[in-house]
Amino acid sequence: MRIYKHPILEIAEAKIVTVYMDSQPIIAHENDSIAAALIASGISVFRHTHKTGEPRGVFCGIGQCADCLVIVNGQPNVRACVTLVKEGMQIQSQSGYGQVGTPL
Amino acid sequence: MKCADILVIGGGPGGLGAAIEAAKAGASVLLVDENPRMGGQLYKQIHKFFGSQTHYAGQRGFDIADTLIAEAARAGVELLPQTRALGCFDEGQFALLSLANQDATRLRTMKARRVILATGAKENAVAFPGWTLPGVMTAGAAQTLANIYGVLPGKRILILGSGNVGLIVGYQLMQAGAQVLGIVDVLPSVHGYEVHAAKLRRANVPIYLGSTVVEARGETRVQQVIIGQVDACFQPIEGTHQTIECDTVLLAVGLSPRTEIAAMFGCDMTFERRLGGLMPIHDETMCTSNQTIYVCGDLAGVEEASTALDEGRLAGIHAAAACGYGDEARHARVAALQSSLNTLRSGMHGQPRKEAKNDILQLAHRKGIVGETI
Repeated sequence: MRIYKHPILEIAEAKIVTVYMDSQPIIAHENDSIAAALIASGISVFRHTHKTGEPRGVFCGIGQCADCLVIVNGQPNVRACVTLVKEGMQIQSQSGYGQVGTPL
Repeated sequence: MKCADILVIGGGPGGLGAAIEAAKAGASVLLVDENPRMGGQLYKQIHKFFGSQTHYAGQRGFDIADTLIAEAARAGVELLPQTRALGCFDEGQFALLSLANQDATRLRTMKARRVILATGAKENAVAFPGWTLPGVMTAGAAQTLANIYGVLPGKRILILGSGNVGLIVGYQLMQAGAQVLGIVDVLPSVHGYEVHAAKLRRANVPIYLGSTVVEARGETRVQQVIIGQVDACFQPIEGTHQTIECDTVLLAVGLSPRTEIAAMFGCDMTFERRLGGLMPIHDETMCTSNQTIYVCGDLAGVEEASTALDEGRLAGIHAAAACGYGDEARHARVAALQSSLNTLRSGMHGQPRKEAKNDILQLAHRKGIVGETI
């Protein structure tokens, strides 16, 4: 849910980049955080917990709580809320603690 | 090894104020912040500040951030965004981790004579069944998504907490096009400024006082929320429950100082409920029980951006003076800042903070915490 009209903020034309969430292409804006890009695409579940497999998403939004962890280009435990998107970035929802070098 | 007179950790209004004053006094100053840019939470504040001209009344938060960052650069502060202060070692050495490049994170050490901590605050959480569901997030998270990234966290939003954060974020999300279904608070009256509450009332947003969120329900994200009235012990009363269909619940239940680094430095702490909880004890020069460590802003008691800025300036002047910088004019400057803080800490909302701050200062005196420049 992008904001296209705002009474105070100028909504500048953004450069579009494509990233992949669990192999599905997602249209993101340059300078989006991963979290912003996913939520703008209607994705709110970023990972599942280790013990009970419960869904988790954004909670604090500023890198403090580590609830929004995803796997980025094979690296687990990346905080989606403070990591910016890059063209072609491969994002995966994380299950449990994640493993380094998780195959895409 | 890189050396500076003063290391400032945290680039919000407190840290920027501290860095500006210390650099103007002649000290070499390094300001680090782990975020992509300096300014702390100011960039999310799209409303106009009020108060006096010295506190940038009438300006919006993001404009104030631009002004302060430019002033710091002009004063000669070395600004290092995307840099995390990882730890401290003997003889004033610090480890800084650059986050600028994900593929090659770089660790380096530096040396500083004095440190000013301006690490700010973190948002509190409140637990209820379903509070871990995606769609439940802090009000600050929603504000970041909407005001920084231009993305709404949801379409139908319920807010828990009627303090200024809850009220302001609620209004800002409406400005951005979301539907705010209500503000819920256990207190019998609105906790924040009436001027913010009035904006929501004019937009017919219901404010459920003496109520709380009982449960959030949904499969993979929030679909509905049960709210109910509470008794004198803030426990939900049976039979008063109602269901609200919404996709997002925002928690705006206060802030706590971010004390991790202060604790690492061994600063003596106290618990001050009126200022957000555990915080480092400090004297009027903003000096802690560790004489080389100064604190300011929300870390030194959760207040507002304007108070953080003034406290930061005080800490900057005193830390610079402890390093031997600054002229006689600084005494008048300190007096002016203290008078400005007194003005900010007045009235119905300010007075309790003034009393709490005075208690902290008295505690510091009793414990013999005295800055070098007092």
